[in-house]
Amino acid sequence: MSIAWYLAVSAIVFSLGAVGVITRRNPLVVLLCLELMLNGANLSLVAFSRMWGNGDGQILALIVMTVAACEVCIGLGMIVAIYRRSLPVDVDELRELQG
Amino acid sequence: MSAILFFIAGFGVIAGAVGVVVLRDPFFSVLALVGHLISLAVLFLLLRAEFVAAAQVVVYAGAVMVLYVFVVAYVGGSASGLRGDDLLPGVRLGGANLRLGGAIAGGALLIELLIALLGTGLKAIGGQGAPYAPGPRTFGTPAYIGNLLLTRFLLAFEAASLLLLIAAVGAVVLAGRRGGLEDEEQRKPLAPLDMIRPQGTGTTAEGVGVRQR
Repeated sequence: MSIAWYLAVSAIVFSLGAVGVITRRNPLVVLLCLELMLNGANLSLVAFSRMWGNGDGQILALIVMTVAACEVCIGLGMIVAIYRRSLPVDVDELRELQG
Repeated sequence: MSAILFFIAGFGVIAGAVGVVVLRDPFFSVLALVGHLISLAVLFLLLRAEFVAAAQVVVYAGAVMVLYVFVVAYVGGSASGLRGDDLLPGVRLGGANLRLGGAIAGGALLIELLIALLGTGLKAIGGQGAPYAPGPRTFGTPAYIGNLLLTRFLLAFEAASLLLLIAAVGAVVLAGRRGGLEDEEQRKPLAPLDMIRPQGTGTTAEGVGVRQR
């Protein structure tokens, strides 16, 4: 398969994730959709890496996976903290920031 | 053969992504994301990125998704506390408009990305990629990735490890016991005798911060 097919799949996955981030209200699902966007970017990175026969794209994909793991760690911690304060777990109603 | 595998895996990738966005119960969204990630690992294998595919399955589909499942189980499904998208249709304002607007924005983004990616002047985009010969140290194998990570990308590697450490500390701080669970007056100071407890009396409920009244 030519590289263009992989790039098309990555574009589709990225825009599906963007739609999810815009429309979903549950912060857990918003985090999942962020993962989708990161995965779309990862796929295009690996595809370009294959295109040039150069490993830099794969290293960048691994670093992106690390960043995604950190983001999940912090995001899920925030969701658990929100839930334990018995605030609504809904991104539309969580409008105020207070220390 | 690789074309057939590509279409099967690509279908899995896109179907999993659609499932994450569309399904109402967050638990099913997580399961759809697991399917998406495993199909994506197949695509990575087709692109000769063996180590990235293995890390994808082990780290993402294994560890991170287990974390998600635990949090979904802790916070509860869409029925209790954690509201799904439109359990009460018509009550929440802007549901249909939001969805339509989101679909339009996503479609515009998709068209723009496709134009940007496929309309480039890159000649190699229509090819199969660089020449590849299987071997123990070729492109994409763990030896190759490890060599790159520890020589050319050492700084990025160390920065990523520092980032992981900071994220772990941040998660502990966020999910720790303090943080407004109880008022300052109710929190009595810890007596030295409280530190000593018989073995095996610390329960899981205490560990996750459930209060005992």
